[in-house]
Amino acid sequence: MDRADTAWLLVATALVLLMTPALGFFYGGLVRSKNALNTMMMSVSALGFVGVAWALAGYALAFAPGGAFAGDLGRALLSGVGLEPQGSVPHLLFMAFQGTFAIITAALISGAIVERMRFGPYLAFLVLWSLAVYAPVAHWVWGGGFLAKLGALDFAGGTVVHINAGAAALVAAVVLGPRKDFARQAMLPHNVPFTLLGAGLLWFGWFGFNGGSALASNASAALAFVNTMFAPMATLVVWTLLDLRRTGRATAVGAATAIVVGLVAITPAAGYVSPLSAILLGGVAAFPSYFALLWRARTRLDDSLDVVAAHGLGGTVGALLTGVLAQKAWNGTADGLLFGNPRQLLVQALSVLAVAAYSGLATFGLLKLVGAVAPLRVGAREEGLGLDVTQHGEEAYTRGEGAILVLHPDESVEGLGLPETAPAEGGSG
Amino acid sequence: MFRADVRGLTLHRVEGHGGETERVETYRGTTVKMKLSEKVRLDIGVSDHFVEPTVRAILASAHTGSVGDGKVFVLPVEKVYRIRTGEEDQAAVTPVAQP
Repeated sequence: MDRADTAWLLVATALVLLMTPALGFFYGGLVRSKNALNTMMMSVSALGFVGVAWALAGYALAFAPGGAFAGDLGRALLSGVGLEPQGSVPHLLFMAFQGTFAIITAALISGAIVERMRFGPYLAFLVLWSLAVYAPVAHWVWGGGFLAKLGALDFAGGTVVHINAGAAALVAAVVLGPRKDFARQAMLPHNVPFTLLGAGLLWFGWFGFNGGSALASNASAALAFVNTMFAPMATLVVWTLLDLRRTGRATAVGAATAIVVGLVAITPAAGYVSPLSAILLGGVAAFPSYFALLWRARTRLDDSLDVVAAHGLGGTVGALLTGVLAQKAWNGTADGLLFGNPRQLLVQALSVLAVAAYSGLATFGLLKLVGAVAPLRVGAREEGLGLDVTQHGEEAYTRGEGAILVLHPDESVEGLGLPETAPAEGGSG
Repeated sequence: MFRADVRGLTLHRVEGHGGETERVETYRGTTVKMKLSEKVRLDIGVSDHFVEPTVRAILASAHTGSVGDGKVFVLPVEKVYRIRTGEEDQAAVTPVAQP
């Protein structure tokens, strides 16, 4: 047990946890105001539902010793997860740190299906997905599964987190279908400053995500930390130049997107490549995501907040470039194509395909399963009214005008979005 | 307005279209033309001899020379009451010295 490692991982765990509410701000700013709370709740609820599922079973499926596919349930209900060392940190802390990854990965998918999914089925899907998709994939790469044995390099989750979530998002957007206003009406981000705030907080949290993935307070953590700083900077520069070339204006939504794309791309490579390679990787990663965003908007695919372009594609570029730019001189583990090890690129490509294929298929199955029990989509009228009022009984920006206090809410008619029919009792008391 | 001694007015922030060129905005892959622009609408009630100076003040200050500067409409008023005192018509729109 190492006290410095433990201290850094305690901080890193809190940093990664912050990324999920940050994602709520990032996504929340990009939707229309009538769906702001619903979109933010899709992230915030993951903190509770995925977090508890992780402790009860997810951690066991991901990190207990088991087969090539998943861990066994020997560590279910946290049995055998105590204060004894796991590596150089307490086992319990390792479990919590990994739990924050499960939470944000599941929450990432929500960006593809905002403004139209019923909240109950969403929660059910989220929990099932974290257990049936995230946990096994984490096992493949980090828990001693078959991709780990092949030597796949994924420092902090390019495949486990981002390609995984990106593939699930693509399938979810197709299964749910486009929003009724998609490609018919202009749907604008209602609060771009929220999106910038979210991007800033995501970057801050990402230092824990990548830096903490060294699982120690050492040189590898420092390398991952510095790369996490410089790669998104390069993406931001290239993205801004692309924006200027296309429209003559550097957009704020573009800047926020660029930061996330850069962070996604450096995630698998963070502790494996030199800082100069990180800058190159960040800059290169801007291109596919930038043009995928433009192309996607002209298709019928309503991946509403472009999870596929940002996370799926960004993660793929990062995972492949890890196989090109990895440098034993920096990581002590493996070289990439550029440093005389072409096999690494093949292994990276295989892990990308394996994760994307499994995630896509399993997501399809889970959505069909949940959809067989309860409808996945809200009705057209509810979609028009907005999901804040219809799913949560709240508004993000209520003005309070015309609101009359209901003294005995339990006796009043329940019905979301319906006019109150019970007699007002305000004057009787 | 206050420099022209027009002391009673109501200002609304509104959106409108006055023939000006539409703004083009870009959000990721979505490009939109904004048909409505932010405008202000003033409601001012004045007595007859104040109409001319009021209109002149608006014309002078709101003018930029481009399409979409706006319009001034002068309308007759049938009847005015001042709620505080019950005064009517001319008396109701005559400013009073603050105590």
